Amino acid sequence: MREINLETVRIVEGKAKVLREDILKMLAEAGSGHTGGSLSSADIVACLYFWEMSIDPNNPHDENRDRFVLSKGHAAPVLYAALAEKGFFPREKLKTLRRLGSPLQGHPDMRKLPGVEASTGSLGQGISWAVGMALAGKIDKKDYRVYSLLGDGELQEGMVWEAFMAAAHYKLDNLTAFVDHNRLQIDGKITEVMSPEPVADKFRAFGWEVIIIDGHNVEEIMRALNKAREIKGRPTVIIAETVKGKGVSFMENRAEWHGTAPKKDDLEKALAELL
Amino acid sequence: MEKQATRDAYGKALVELGKKYNDVVVLDADLSKSTKTSDFAKEFPERFINAGIAEQNMIGMAAGLAAAGKKVFASSFAVFAAGRAFEQVRNSVAYARLNVKICASHAGITVGEDGGSHQAVEDIAVMRAVPNMTVVVPADGVSTKKAVFAVYEHEGPVYMRLGRPAVPLIYDERLDFKIGKGIELRSGKDVTLIACGIMVGKALEAAELLAKEGIEASVIDMHTIKPLDEELIIRKAEETGAILTLEEHSIIGGLGGAVCEVVSEKCPVLVKRMGIKDLFGQSGKPDELMEYYGLTVGHIMNNVHNLLEIKP
Ligand SMILES: Cc1ncc(C[n+]2csc(CCOP(=O)(O)OP(=O)(O)O)c2C)c(N)n1
Ligand SMILES: [Mg+2]
Repeated sequence: MREINLETVRIVEGKAKVLREDILKMLAEAGSGHTGGSLSSADIVACLYFWEMSIDPNNPHDENRDRFVLSKGHAAPVLYAALAEKGFFPREKLKTLRRLGSPLQGHPDMRKLPGVEASTGSLGQGISWAVGMALAGKIDKKDYRVYSLLGDGELQEGMVWEAFMAAAHYKLDNLTAFVDHNRLQIDGKITEVMSPEPVADKFRAFGWEVIIIDGHNVEEIMRALNKAREIKGRPTVIIAETVKGKGVSFMENRAEWHGTAPKKDDLEKALAELL
Repeated sequence: MEKQATRDAYGKALVELGKKYNDVVVLDADLSKSTKTSDFAKEFPERFINAGIAEQNMIGMAAGLAAAGKKVFASSFAVFAAGRAFEQVRNSVAYARLNVKICASHAGITVGEDGGSHQAVEDIAVMRAVPNMTVVVPADGVSTKKAVFAVYEHEGPVYMRLGRPAVPLIYDERLDFKIGKGIELRSGKDVTLIACGIMVGKALEAAELLAKEGIEASVIDMHTIKPLDEELIIRKAEETGAILTLEEHSIIGGLGGAVCEVVSEKCPVLVKRMGIKDLFGQSGKPDELMEYYGLTVGHIMNNVHNLLEIKP
């Protein structure tokens, strides 16, 4: 159980702001990449890396560490921002995003960057990976926890439901999944393209503990994570109601910003709004 | 030189095809703006089906639609169309010999910045190995458009490989595109360059430069990898005695592999395979990656020089 108080909440909120700044800056520098879904996940990722998870940048392969699998791998910038802020690599490296030879690949590559737990980018595969890690924790009787973050469009992949079934079947209470429920994918609204709704009911039917929160309210994210630690005998999903592009008015709720990087002008305007 | 991405030409051709034929149905998996099926979706919303991010179900539905009499064009990135949905392609589409045309965009390393997870370097190899499957890799916008119509007329499953970046136009409207018939774009007696996709234009450029050095190179656009134009390959093997294959794909199992299978059995000559050397791709600008993986005009020149040195 982690402590929730004014101080811890304030610290994580500050980190989320740093992540958003870094996301915007590195994407503008790269000239391509996924803005909307990186911004919508920033508060969740900040809570995980700066409050919830036991990880040590000086010992990234510690076998008892908690693990985070970014199943929606296109949101790599939010992960890289968190790893840099946590001290896994110098912040300078953020500028190399998507460049030839950079460890910061367009989608996370665990063989190139310490701290990246899984090579993801092909949607749906990360959650199975997380289930595998949670299974290993049970086999080894270790008490590390495994976290994964999925997109709501990603829920359209059949294999995620195979993974959810397996996680409940094996009673993986060491696994917590987040769904970044921002209601958008590339071709438009998830309910118009291919509705996965009602998401919460489906998870319940699959045997998961379901918690629904405001995914931009740090205190709510913390409470949900603490509750997930207490749930025994089944995995927990935290359905985070979010806004794609959160924090930058002209990016919010706009599918166009899914895979578009800010230009120089956009960047200045966007950074000014984050203040 | 005028340029067009093969995926752009595909999108436009689909609209024309849809106007001409009522039985055309188009499927996509949440990438319609990138694969360019969005043009068709706008024009014929009732014949466009977005499967969402569910490539396996997309191919399965395509099989069902085809079994019910539709001519189905199904698109996604090559990694997901040929990779994620491989077994659906094999068992539901190819085994049943259905009219599903899998038109996969963003093939090869010229995907660029998205990186290795999104760069299919093995799709020709895996699709080619599937019985009943026809594999087409057009070189430019004009041949893509012609290929779309040829693929529609063709009975049975097809895998068509399309690219992300704009590439120079090689052909004009007079092009006579026939599935299974390679195109001899240039004839020379010293060496034969057999290329597909984006490498055809580069082979032509290299041949010009080689001519200035007094080396006469033949250039073949081998747009159909399967069924392969064996007759043409054997004839060129006999005429030139040395072959360089060029593809934006692994050197294992793609065009180069296919050409080697033919010449080794029927007319053994020297073959050098140019392609990606059993490696995954990575992030970078498309041109930087072409340089890094050894697929530029300069690399073609070097390979030809080396080949001619050892040619008996
Ligand atoms: C298997 C697979 N199919 C397609 C894609 C291309 N793709 C990248 S992001 C994306 C949309 C994701 O939407 P969602 O899961 O809602 O993510 P978010 O809104 O959080 O960015 C798609 C289709 C992919 N990466 N993997
Ligand atoms: Mg979404």
